[in-house]
Amino acid sequence: MAMEITQILLNAQAVDGAVRKNAEENLKQFQEQNLPSFLFSLAGELANEEKPAESRKLAGLILKNALDAKEQHRKYELVQRWLALDVSVKAQIKSCLIKTLSSPSGDARSTASQVIAKVAGIELPQKQWPELIGTLLSNIHQLPPHTKQATLETLGYICEEVSPDAVEQDHVNKILTAVVQGMNSSEANNDVRLAATRALYNALGFAQANFSNDMERDYIMRVVCEATLSPEVKIRQAAFECLVAISSTYYEKLAPYIHDIFNITAKAVKEDEEPVALQAIEFWSSICDEEIDILDEYGGDFSADSDIPCFYFIKQALPVLVPMLLETLLKQEEDQDQDEGAWNIAMAGGTCLGLVARTVGDDIVPLVMPFIEGNITKPDWRQREAATYAFGSILEGPSPEKLVPIVNVALNFMLSALMKDPSNHVKDTTAWTLGRMFEFLHGSTLDTPIITPANCQEIITVLLQSMKDVPNVAEKACGALYFLAQGYEDMGPSVSPLTPYFQDILQALYGVTRREDAGESRLRTAAYETLNEVVRCSTDETAPMVMQLVPLIMMELHQTLETQKLTADEREKQNELQGLLCGCLQVIIQKLGSSEATKYVFLQCADQMMGLFLRVFSSKSATAHEEAMLAIGALAYAAGSNFEKYMSEFYRYLEMGLQNFEDYQVCAITVGVVGDLCRALEDKISPYCDGIMTQLLKDLSSNQLHRSVKPPIFSCFGDIALAIGENFEKYLIYAMPMLQSAAELSAHTSGADDDMTEYTNSLRNGILEAYSGIFQGFKGSPKTQLLMPYAPHILQFLDSLYMEKDMDDVVMKTAIGVLGDLADTLGNSAAPLIQNSVSSKDFLNECLSSDDSMIKESAEWAKMAISRAISF
Amino acid sequence: MAPPDHRRPYKRPAISDQQRRRELSLLRQAQSRLDAQHRARCLASSVLSLENPEPDSVPELELESKPGEERSEAPPKEFDVRQASKLRGAEARKWFARQLMLPEWMIDVPDRLSQDWYVFARPAGKRCFVVSSNGAAVSRLRNGSILHRFPSALPSGARTRDVSGSAQSYSILDCIFHEPDQTYYAIDMLCWRGYSLYDCTAEFRFFWLNSKLAETGACEPPSQYHRYRFSLVPVYNCDHSGLHAAYTGAAPYVKDGLLFYNKEAHYQTGNTPLALVWKDENCSQYVIDTDSQGNVPKQQQVVLELQEDGKLTTSDDPPVVFGCLDGDFIQKSGLCLGNLLRFAIGDGGLSFVDGGLDKADLCYLGKSNRARAFADSYSKLIS
Repeated sequence: MAMEITQILLNAQAVDGAVRKNAEENLKQFQEQNLPSFLFSLAGELANEEKPAESRKLAGLILKNALDAKEQHRKYELVQRWLALDVSVKAQIKSCLIKTLSSPSGDARSTASQVIAKVAGIELPQKQWPELIGTLLSNIHQLPPHTKQATLETLGYICEEVSPDAVEQDHVNKILTAVVQGMNSSEANNDVRLAATRALYNALGFAQANFSNDMERDYIMRVVCEATLSPEVKIRQAAFECLVAISSTYYEKLAPYIHDIFNITAKAVKEDEEPVALQAIEFWSSICDEEIDILDEYGGDFSADSDIPCFYFIKQALPVLVPMLLETLLKQEEDQDQDEGAWNIAMAGGTCLGLVARTVGDDIVPLVMPFIEGNITKPDWRQREAATYAFGSILEGPSPEKLVPIVNVALNFMLSALMKDPSNHVKDTTAWTLGRMFEFLHGSTLDTPIITPANCQEIITVLLQSMKDVPNVAEKACGALYFLAQGYEDMGPSVSPLTPYFQDILQALYGVTRREDAGESRLRTAAYETLNEVVRCSTDETAPMVMQLVPLIMMELHQTLETQKLTADEREKQNELQGLLCGCLQVIIQKLGSSEATKYVFLQCADQMMGLFLRVFSSKSATAHEEAMLAIGALAYAAGSNFEKYMSEFYRYLEMGLQNFEDYQVCAITVGVVGDLCRALEDKISPYCDGIMTQLLKDLSSNQLHRSVKPPIFSCFGDIALAIGENFEKYLIYAMPMLQSAAELSAHTSGADDDMTEYTNSLRNGILEAYSGIFQGFKGSPKTQLLMPYAPHILQFLDSLYMEKDMDDVVMKTAIGVLGDLADTLGNSAAPLIQNSVSSKDFLNECLSSDDSMIKESAEWAKMAISRAISF
Repeated sequence: MAPPDHRRPYKRPAISDQQRRRELSLLRQAQSRLDAQHRARCLASSVLSLENPEPDSVPELELESKPGEERSEAPPKEFDVRQASKLRGAEARKWFARQLMLPEWMIDVPDRLSQDWYVFARPAGKRCFVVSSNGAAVSRLRNGSILHRFPSALPSGARTRDVSGSAQSYSILDCIFHEPDQTYYAIDMLCWRGYSLYDCTAEFRFFWLNSKLAETGACEPPSQYHRYRFSLVPVYNCDHSGLHAAYTGAAPYVKDGLLFYNKEAHYQTGNTPLALVWKDENCSQYVIDTDSQGNVPKQQQVVLELQEDGKLTTSDDPPVVFGCLDGDFIQKSGLCLGNLLRFAIGDGGLSFVDGGLDKADLCYLGKSNRARAFADSYSKLIS
């Protein structure tokens, strides 16, 4: 076999499809017949200098893929499979891999590095392969440069793969020492230095202890800063990437270095090649991110006992930072606005300027105004564009008091520039800037409106006109209109200032969606999004005009369903359009359905609409399915029990949605729609509940389904129980054990990270909502006693949640509500149980004195229910 | 170790509209779930729902509906107060008229007055419901017509960005709008943040009203998101000092009689003997009806409802018959079933036999003001 494998691996890369297929089949058979021997052959192939480069590389890749997979479930299987392999085989494979690190072939070394990291990722957390780090680092100084480079690269991959707590501090120290020495300017070989710099990037997360030690930190920082001055551009870029990572990981340690870093970054921004300059700007953007977070968290009044202090680096650097960023704005690329993938120094600089404005607020305004005033009327489009971009960038952050007077002066200028400026680029940025003005300085929470009866008409006229401009400008004009409409959302019941123009606005937006070139610059999407927002923010008086939109959008959707014989590319566009149209209908349904006055009129189209939505399900696109499903949920909500007539036809798509593990968003939305149906149909959903419950239970047991869908499924149990009441009886024996075991799992979060805690809390909330719905569903029925056997466990769950002390407010509110529901439904027979629970005393008291009004109210309710249960 | 991609969004909104639609749907679903839960929890207090609509004899008052307005859709069977707010004309008047707890006139002193009753001075003004939900508060008079629609610091009463709790949850207060200081005096609380207080005792409701209203800031002076000030009314036990305080004590408002509430009474809609009103010239300037100019008419007037058989009844349940119109008269005057008619009480006054009404000397004046939703109650007429 060992002889053969080379040929098979080469065949697997053959041009001839049949040969390739055959080879893949052979590999599969080999793997199935004898896994240890298969893996060892691959490792041997990779390590063998006699073999062709192609077969060695593929051998390494197959080996790597045999150790790891993107999909969580598959990954777990592969890990278990490797751990179960015979120790001696594994030792042989590992030794082949280590040996390959000194291969003269760069490809082979690099492949081996990655495979070693994957094995380490499995074994180090299990305390296996303890000698790995020692082996890699022994004699590192004596190694020839190419082996040294591969070793450092391997260390980098290992740090990327393994979590810091799987590596003991002694090894961390050794890794960091080797890496930092490799980065040092005394290292003559650039490949080694680059590999070391990239390895440091991954190793930074391991260096907590080292960064707490002044001497070690000083040394690391000095080496990183020196590397930013390397003659080799890739090393400079990698070194700046390290600085960016340090800025977020070790923000609180940066104070002694910030001055030097500013000088280094300023130099890079000014004179270095673009990839390096971009990283230098990113350093400051990242500092802004940190300070915005810190200031957000402490609401501006940071105190000595805050976790991470704010050092106000941005505020201090402001006088030098702002001019540096403003200068970058003049380095635009000619057609960057038409190029979706563009990212250049002017874009990065403006983005950073926006972050700086959010960090320091008012202080930035006087520093930017002279630049704007000095450039905005210049003949060179670059200057006008840079000035406009600077203005647009600082509109978020400073106070309205500071900005409104300036905006009031600038608004007319901007409107006229949008109409008259000869440069598309300037117009694009101008429309964007108008959008930012409306986003941040227009709305019911602001005291002085920038849009008044005097200028409203002109603003709208200009925007609608601009929507006929080239696609990228039109797209920004749509965006501006989006925020303009949004600002009137919270107006209350008074007459919207948009009413006189409403018809024109709808017409213009609809017109844009039908433009031939609407596919460019995501113009069509922007037009629909704006149309949606205009509809969302509309008032009753314009409802008839929104109503007129319904047949138009339905006709459009109908047409997409009629077109046939499309190329794959056309089909994709068609599906995207179907998604947009379903989305638009969804928004209209939600709007018109929310008022009794308009609901009945638009529900006359419900049959047709439903027919169209069902046809969308015949497409293969997950996005289109998702949008159609969302729209159907909204329709069910509006139609109420009248929705029943669609159920027989709709049901199979509902089931399809619930089975869609792959596009879990579709599944999640379908679960939500089941809830909508329960509330709309109430007991009329009964005939479909067997099927729905079966599917939901399957979903819960599946380890393929994305975990985020599981909490809503539990909540959905509650929706069903509330809808069908005591008829939920027959599902109790399936649902209750499922809830119980999930409850046990979710009771404790010890040692979990933030993500996991958040997930656990959403799971708890789902479980509790299920209990709530079930209790309330059974309330008043003769069958309530069926729930009695579950009461002890549920109370225990509540008690353990209370004891654990890590539930969030939402869980707290739902949990205390469940206590009330239990008392309410089970009444006196549960009284002894309730009185014995911690929840009914300490937990309830804590909730009763909560500052959160929702928790307090749930608790008051629970108190009332308990006192009733106990006294009767 | 692919180099990190530090590309940031450029000139793009951070959230896609699709994501927004998804989130709004989730929000709607979560809210509906909460509402469904609340409904289930408040089931016992289904006073809010209109499950027992009036028997067939829905009176046809003059409709406020404009000509051509669609009236074909029968209103759905079940309402809550928010849906009821969308009722128009006669339907709205009927619905709201039924929702307030209306005191009977105090004819004799209840037993255990000093232990079981509260007393407070009724502010002079318009009795109304204030419903706050969905970012606005609406006050409705007894006849269902809207008095004010305004932003308020009540829960969900304004579209401020920092709404705590759900926008959909609603609160209902029983208030009197006192014109002179433009203040709503809250005299009872029916629903608070979606929780029904209908089947709670007056004792609990008053306690809740006292502890919750001030928390919201609704008692603060008016501001941009809070157009009318709310205020509490001092409530006393019906012992000697309490009665004295309510009767003679200074109040920040013009008094209009005393209201007595039984501590154990639930909020019962319509006339109830568990709430009583007392008026004399010391504690009210409105002891007797006045016309719109404030003049006291020569004869006391009553408003009675015309029934099928021509009988004239009070608004009590069961109605008390005060008189009878003959068929000819009804036809000639173009009156129809359910009309509210205004009568003057003639010199003959009312005469009683065995504690029951025997006859009344009534003199027909005309139809009552169309804004009136129901006839006077028995206890008002005989006091």
